[in-house]
Amino acid sequence: MAYSAGTPKDITRRQMLRRIGLTALVAGPAAGFLSSCATSGAGGGDAAPATSAAAPTSGANPFGVKADAPLEVVIFKGGLGDSYATDVHEPLYKKEFPNASVKHVATQQISQTLQPRFASGDVPDFIANSGSDLMDNGALQTEGQLLDLTPLFDAPSIDDPSKKVRDTLVPGTVESGLIADKPYILNYVFTGYGLWYNAKLFQEKGWTPPKTFDEFKTLCGTIKDAGLTPYAYAGKNASYYQYWMILITAAKIEGNQVLIDIDNLADGAWTRDSVKQSAAAWAEIGKFMDKSYEGLIHTEVQTRQNQDKVALYPSGSWLENEQKDNTPGSFEYAVTPTPSLTASDKMPFEAIRAAAGEPYIIPAKGKNTAGALEYARIMLSKEGAKGFTEKSGSLTVVVGAAEGLSLTPGLKSVADAQTAAGNNIVTYSSFENWYKELETELRKQTNSLMFGRITAEQFCANMQKKADAVKADSSITKQNRTV
Amino acid sequence: MLTSAKTRMYGFVFSFLVIPVALYAVFVIGPYAQAFYISLTNWRGITGNPQYIGFENFTRLFSDEVFWAAVRHHALLLVAMPLITIAIALFFSFLLNLGGGSKGGRMTGVFGSRLYRVVYFFPQVLAVAVIGVLFQAVYRPDGTGIINGLLDLVGIAPVGWLIAPDLALWSIMGVLVWQSVGFYVVLFSAGMAAVPKDVFEAAALDGAGRFRLFFSITLPLIWDTIQVGWVYLGIAAFDCFALVQVLSVDRGGPDNATTVLPLEIWRNAFTFSKFGYASAMGVALFFLTLTFAALSLRVTRRERIEL
Repeated sequence: MAYSAGTPKDITRRQMLRRIGLTALVAGPAAGFLSSCATSGAGGGDAAPATSAAAPTSGANPFGVKADAPLEVVIFKGGLGDSYATDVHEPLYKKEFPNASVKHVATQQISQTLQPRFASGDVPDFIANSGSDLMDNGALQTEGQLLDLTPLFDAPSIDDPSKKVRDTLVPGTVESGLIADKPYILNYVFTGYGLWYNAKLFQEKGWTPPKTFDEFKTLCGTIKDAGLTPYAYAGKNASYYQYWMILITAAKIEGNQVLIDIDNLADGAWTRDSVKQSAAAWAEIGKFMDKSYEGLIHTEVQTRQNQDKVALYPSGSWLENEQKDNTPGSFEYAVTPTPSLTASDKMPFEAIRAAAGEPYIIPAKGKNTAGALEYARIMLSKEGAKGFTEKSGSLTVVVGAAEGLSLTPGLKSVADAQTAAGNNIVTYSSFENWYKELETELRKQTNSLMFGRITAEQFCANMQKKADAVKADSSITKQNRTV
Repeated sequence: MLTSAKTRMYGFVFSFLVIPVALYAVFVIGPYAQAFYISLTNWRGITGNPQYIGFENFTRLFSDEVFWAAVRHHALLLVAMPLITIAIALFFSFLLNLGGGSKGGRMTGVFGSRLYRVVYFFPQVLAVAVIGVLFQAVYRPDGTGIINGLLDLVGIAPVGWLIAPDLALWSIMGVLVWQSVGFYVVLFSAGMAAVPKDVFEAAALDGAGRFRLFFSITLPLIWDTIQVGWVYLGIAAFDCFALVQVLSVDRGGPDNATTVLPLEIWRNAFTFSKFGYASAMGVALFFLTLTFAALSLRVTRRERIEL
């Protein structure tokens, strides 16, 4: 979910240029020695933390921010853009502390930008740790680089000082950012996941979104006969859009416990019936895909959907905003939950995966940690959240912050789906951030499964093998979640 | 004992050498030595205190199937890529220099060879990343790809150049060959130009055809140049990072079909935060490259032909 800003390995010109630079270093026999220069003089681990003298705390200034202490904010500039920071949150912070300077850094490659800074101890104060090159939060926490956000969630809310910040958020938000039982991550964006389609096209053709996999297959046949590709995802860089669907279906069959067990590397979690059935059902849908989609990137497939060449597309609620420049007037985004597999599924059809996503973190050894906490508190105010929704086209975890805003069709459809789902919420998956190796393997196996190179049984066996390997690897710090 | 003049001379030479040697030590040998050390630690790249874990990273390498897939791909690239590139480059440079036969007692290239020489060199001028992006469009798997669009005109169904596991690595190799041929055409042309023309003319007068001229005269006489080309291409075959990164499905896919060591080093370092393990791969790559260079120089050693 961490890279849910919808900018998976987008190869932009800028990245390209940067990669040339990287290539020059990595290429050739000297490869691997790139890392070497990074340790020299790295005193990061021992550097003295927080250098700013704290001001006294008060109701209005619960973290004791020093009024003239500079603040450095690093924002991942992906599908959400960065104007929400430059035009909303940073001005709000400046309003509160007019004497403080705010330094804004936008990047598409968080890891390449910040890894050397962490290694040398010169860290920024606040980070939107997102995109496909985000830093490994588990590793950061293990190394003592992340600030425990408990004080933030226990601080009084800006809108209603009688309430704690944690009580103004969508349930599950704080839990979604736990590492080793403490909240180290602020997942700020409320994201709904499902199958996206053109409501106008479906209405015109008389198609209804499927409620079961049987209906799904029938509909795929109908759509194929009409000359469209019924279902597609981008195999080249966004296979995780598809593995989310496989995980959601498994959770609908067995309940959220299967996802929690997968996260906890429980023995045999991947070979359970629910995962097998889900993989098999999706592999059937895969037969309706055109092979060429394995070689396309997400924006290419999304553009084909906007041209009504693809009917159903798995993604999250950032999709509409990401495509807004390419969406013709004849296209109206709507989302539908993933279909049910059996009559005995634990969760109803309406259940959707809706989760707090987009991790924001505060480095423990920043120079102005109090300022960063205050910055986060401003983001979690109604004004901050509303501004975010206006600028980024995404909902936040702040309850009621979107009230009074006129939502776009796709966003409204997410809000409706959330209402229909009620308490039937499919949980997030933490292994994606905890164990990147397992995540990388899942991408590989998902493409293999969906494009017909392996069976559902092989898919489960291969994933279990990798999960066991990660579990047995003493160099990887293990995490655990109970909710 | 050295005379003062000799001392001055050595001092002079030494003063010229000390700066480059110092730079080399600091910027090349230093990092290498450090990487050897890092490969023995579990450094995660975040703090400055790696823990020593002995040869654990190396024992893990032996059971890492992705590592072995990458090594296999290097082996294939090492054999196929230089062979194909050198064969094509030799063919072209022969045509450009001697293919036109004898005119007025002088050996000439085919018609328009000056133009071809420039055109062949174009791909060499482009940056690898630009080529990667270019070939994304060339190889796109549906009808909008350039090759598939052309195939479509003659009624052939689109080919999954980069998505068929059996084809993907060859497609990427095709790009490498496309890019390098021009350079080797120029290199071999220079080699051929260094051979005295009268050798060819004498052979032509004795009735040698083009095949004879190529295999019995040209090839043995420019063998040294080919040997150098082979080593260069071999070292290039150990890289391929940028092309694989840009072109392949999910960076090294489908199903590890195109992955190479530099890509896995990059992934382990920057995606998995396993700098120690990545360094171990780097050390393995270092020894593979050295072994290749030593072997290929030894195997291709031949009697030098004195002219």
